[in-house]
Amino acid sequence: MQPTAPSPVIEFRDVSYRVAGTQVLAGFNLQVQLGETLVLLGRSGSGKTTTLKLVNRLLSPTGGEVRVKGVPSADADVIQLRRGIGYVIQDVGLFPHFTVERNIGLVPKIAGWSDERIRSRVGELMQMVGLAPDVGLRYPRQLSGGQRQRVGVARALAADPEILLMDEPFGALDPLTRDELQREFLLLQQRLHKTVVFVTHDLREALRLGSRIALMEAGRLVTVLPPLDFLRSPDPWASAYVRAFGDGLESAANRGAS
Amino acid sequence: MNFFRFIWQNHEQVLELTLEHIWLVGVSTLVAAVIGIPLGIVIAHRTRLNKPVLASANIIQTIPSLALFGFLLPVPWLGERADRLAILALSLYALLPIIRSTYTGIRGVDPAVVEAGRGMGLTDSQLLFQVELPLAVSVILSGVRVAIVISVGLATIAAAIGAGGLGEFIFRGLAMVDDRVILAGAIPAAILALTADFGVGWLERRLQPR
Repeated sequence: MQPTAPSPVIEFRDVSYRVAGTQVLAGFNLQVQLGETLVLLGRSGSGKTTTLKLVNRLLSPTGGEVRVKGVPSADADVIQLRRGIGYVIQDVGLFPHFTVERNIGLVPKIAGWSDERIRSRVGELMQMVGLAPDVGLRYPRQLSGGQRQRVGVARALAADPEILLMDEPFGALDPLTRDELQREFLLLQQRLHKTVVFVTHDLREALRLGSRIALMEAGRLVTVLPPLDFLRSPDPWASAYVRAFGDGLESAANRGAS
Repeated sequence: MNFFRFIWQNHEQVLELTLEHIWLVGVSTLVAAVIGIPLGIVIAHRTRLNKPVLASANIIQTIPSLALFGFLLPVPWLGERADRLAILALSLYALLPIIRSTYTGIRGVDPAVVEAGRGMGLTDSQLLFQVELPLAVSVILSGVRVAIVISVGLATIAAAIGAGGLGEFIFRGLAMVDDRVILAGAIPAAILALTADFGVGWLERRLQPR
C-alpha cells in the first residue's frame, strides 16, 4: 500500500481507442479522484461517451490501460466490475416489461439480496430520488421523462456502487425538469459522495455540477480545470466554449460550488 | 346435405386422419422451434451469420414441397417411414418464419435497454432470458403462428408419400372425382389452421410486454 496521496478511483493511462480505422481516442490520460464529480465536456463525436464506456468495459481500449480502483480493467471480472459501477444513460433504458420497483431492484436481485432487503432498499431509493411510493407499481411507459430519469438514477444507485457513470442523463429533458434534476443531483451528491463521471455538451451543466471539468476535442483531452478556472482559462478551446455559451456563466459555476 | 352424411358415416376415419394431421404439424413445428429459435437468437447477436442462415432457410422455402418429399424418399433411415420423412420436410419449411421472427424480435429490442442491462452487469444469459426474450416473445410467436398455418396446408401433401393426415381424403377424392371426399379432408384442415391461428394469436397477445 502506498502511504502517499490517495490513489485515483479511475485512471486512464495513455489510452487510445480505434474502431474501423477511426481513431476515436488518442493519448488519453486522466485521473478521477474519490468523491469528485468529473465532467467530460465536449461536442458530439469528441469521444466523451467512448471514454465513459471504457470505464465499465462496454468498450475495451485498443491501447494503454484503464484502471478502476487500482485494478487494470482488462484483468477485472467484467460482470463484477459493472455491478460496482452505476450507469445512467440519456435514453434511460428502463426495462419496459418490469415495474418501476423491479427495475430499481434488479441488480440487488441478481446479486442475491433477500426480497425483504430489496424491498426496503427500493423504498429508500425512491424516496431519495423524489419518487412517490405509488409510482413503484407503474410501468416505465406510464411515467413522465423526468420520472423515468429519476428511476434510472435510482436503479444505478441500487447496489450502492462507489462509482457512477452518467452519459448526458438530463439531456433529453425540458429545461425546468432538467434544472430540478440538476439541483437534486447536487443535493444527492452532497450526501452520497460518489465518484461520478458525468458526460455533457452543456457548459452550463458542467459548471454547475462538476468539481472539475475535462474538456475534450477530437478524441484528445484539452484541459482539466475546476469550474471557475475553466471560465478564465486562456486555452483557445475552453474560451471558445465559454464565448459560445455567452453571459451569466459565473452564476452557474457559483451555484454549483455553493 | 350428403356431405355431412358422408362425414358422419366416416367420422371415425375423419377423426383418425385429423389426429394424424395434428401429430405431423405438432411434431414438425416443435422440431422447427427447437432449432429455429436458438438459431434466430444466434444470428441476432452474431449479425455476420444472419445473411447465410436466412438465405439457406429461404432456399429451402423455395423447393416445391412435392419435390422435397420426393428427394427425401431414397434417404435410408428416413425413407423407411413416411411420417418421419414428412415431419422432417415440414420442419424444414417451418424454419424460415421461426428463424426470421426470432431474429426480428430480438433485434427489435430497444438498444438503450440492452445497453443499460449490459452496463448494470447482467450476464449474457440474464440479458437474454430476463430482457431480450420476454420483450421479443410475441414477435417470435407470430412466426410460430405463420409456421403452423403453413404446415397445416403443406401436411395435406404428405399424404402423397403415404404419411397419412387429412390429405388422404383430398387425394382419394381427386382420384374418385368426388367432392364430398375432398371436402372431408379440406374442411377439417381449414378448421385446424384457423384454430391454431386463433389459439397462438391469443397467446401472442397474452404474452405481449406491456
